[in-house]
Amino acid sequence: MGGRAESGSLPEKRNLRRELKRYLPVYLLMLPGLIYLAVNNYAPMFGLVIAFKKMNFRKGIFGSEWVGLKNFQFLFQTEDAWIITRNTLLYNIAFILLGMVLALFVAILLSEVKNKLSLKVYQTSILLPHLISWVVIAYIVYALLSPDTGILNKRVLPAFGLDPVNWYTSKGYWPFILTFMHLWKGFGYSSIIYLSSILGISGEYYEAAMLDGATKWQQIKMITIPLLKSTMITLLILNTGRIFYSDFGLFYQIPMNSGPLYSVSNTIDTYVFRALLQLGDIGMSSAAGFYQSLWAFSWWWAPTPWCGGSAPRTPCSRKKGGFLWPFTPKRKNAITGYPI
Amino acid sequence: MALYTKEEKRYNWLSHLILTFFALLCIFPFYMLIIGSFTDNALIINQGYTFFPTQLSLDAYQYMGYMADTFVRAYGITVLTTAAGTAGSLFLVSTMGYGLSRKAAPGMKVLSFLVVFTMLFNGGLVSTYLIYTSVVPVKNSLWAYILPGLLLNAFHVLLMRSYVVNSIPDSLFESAQLDGAGQWTVYSQIVLPLSMPILATIGLLVGVQYWNSWQNGLYYITDTSLYSMMNILNRMLQDVRYLQSGAMGDYGGELMSHMPTNSVRMAIAVVGVLPILALYPFFQRYFVKGITLGSVKG
Repeated sequence: MGGRAESGSLPEKRNLRRELKRYLPVYLLMLPGLIYLAVNNYAPMFGLVIAFKKMNFRKGIFGSEWVGLKNFQFLFQTEDAWIITRNTLLYNIAFILLGMVLALFVAILLSEVKNKLSLKVYQTSILLPHLISWVVIAYIVYALLSPDTGILNKRVLPAFGLDPVNWYTSKGYWPFILTFMHLWKGFGYSSIIYLSSILGISGEYYEAAMLDGATKWQQIKMITIPLLKSTMITLLILNTGRIFYSDFGLFYQIPMNSGPLYSVSNTIDTYVFRALLQLGDIGMSSAAGFYQSLWAFSWWWAPTPWCGGSAPRTPCSRKKGGFLWPFTPKRKNAITGYPI
Repeated sequence: MALYTKEEKRYNWLSHLILTFFALLCIFPFYMLIIGSFTDNALIINQGYTFFPTQLSLDAYQYMGYMADTFVRAYGITVLTTAAGTAGSLFLVSTMGYGLSRKAAPGMKVLSFLVVFTMLFNGGLVSTYLIYTSVVPVKNSLWAYILPGLLLNAFHVLLMRSYVVNSIPDSLFESAQLDGAGQWTVYSQIVLPLSMPILATIGLLVGVQYWNSWQNGLYYITDTSLYSMMNILNRMLQDVRYLQSGAMGDYGGELMSHMPTNSVRMAIAVVGVLPILALYPFFQRYFVKGITLGSVKG
């Protein structure tokens, strides 16, 4: 497949045509997938212009009238713009930080389990919530929190002599409930990622440390965590890249779409959904959607000074791999042989 | 190497204890769901849901039996769209992944970029909704469950591509070419059979996504006779009386007014997750593989 690289400029053109012809069946194979991406992913990106228009269904997205920034004016006149931005960002920051600590903690515990069967049982159990739909989880949460039949109100709180709480209208509890539910559903997934990184660490480090009399805690602090740094950073970058997006299922299903909770449960995604499908306000919802995309886009394309200003954002050590970041070949430390 | 220090033993016990706690925390809610569906409705009304009901009953499932045609239809829709979506997705993922692995073909860098870019950025709900209601109208058809969003995941394409690059030796492609095999033959006779492990993993991941998907139904389906299992659940969550309202068909008001709603809700949810709960332990390793393969290399 190489070989042709050294050919001069004139034959190159002919080569290009020959190569295109040679790979024609490959392009044809890819055609259905490319068409799907064009319709499902790229057309909506161009559709973002609808935020600057007044949608007219007869004229379509591109035929509709321009209205400039009017939709945004309406959006930012309301208090909602501030609330949904605050909720989206704060929840995500809490999720990222707590999620990382919890997943690391569980992964380190899992890495100590030598018995294959127990390891499998633990892994299987903690990954289970990840595979279940938020709708079903909302039913379970309802069985706990329902004001007149819930386990908390009927059994747990009376046992401690406490008064029942009307959970679905008391917003003070929801930042904790939502954070708990997010962690519950997601910690197994990230733990398994961290675990696979821990299992990749050479056992020699630990043996050497033990010979020197290092305690377990010292081993974790001095070996495991420093060597997990690159995994932590990649997950961090991946998660922060989605900091303006929220898990629609969590924020829509778990509070059961309860109005009194909107000020603590409304995020950009639930707001866009409600504005579009419950209020039918395309202008407002598209403005909110554009606002979200703008944040997300600038996050990925803002230069990262600590990586020598390379954009889009990628983990520094893989600048060359650029966009195809998770799949660039492993780079190894010359001395330890352990991947950087 | 059975030389465990005292400290290590203690640490080992502690980690087992904590992990058991976490494992129970993840499993127990599902026990609660299942036991809730078998709890006597009067007991739920009087004393709330419970972990250890004093009175079990099959009423909920009996009532689901009365409404069998509704649930059989919804279940059929879920199974059908899951199967079709997974098959379609596997075709698209394998062709795209194989194509992108042919790095010598001109323009593959650009195409790779186009695929990865969809992971970072999207047009959002509003314009996606407008596309799927005007350009490719899927509203109130089964296509609504299959097409929007789920069919081709860039992440899976990259999984497939790196599998082809790393696990199928170049010499195999070269000798096939020497034998005069075209690209289509290479794809169908070499790449597909050899990629079965990764395709099984991707297929399971996609299958679970399709099974659990309720958003597409929420956005694009208003005709209740086209509801999938998850959409009935979604609807009932917002509106407890939904099934009694006769919106799903006429089952006779007298019977429906006695419906044990509290346990029926749980029973429907149980039926909705049952296949996943039942099959998951057997496929667990594929899921773990899917997570560790793609997530972080090095």
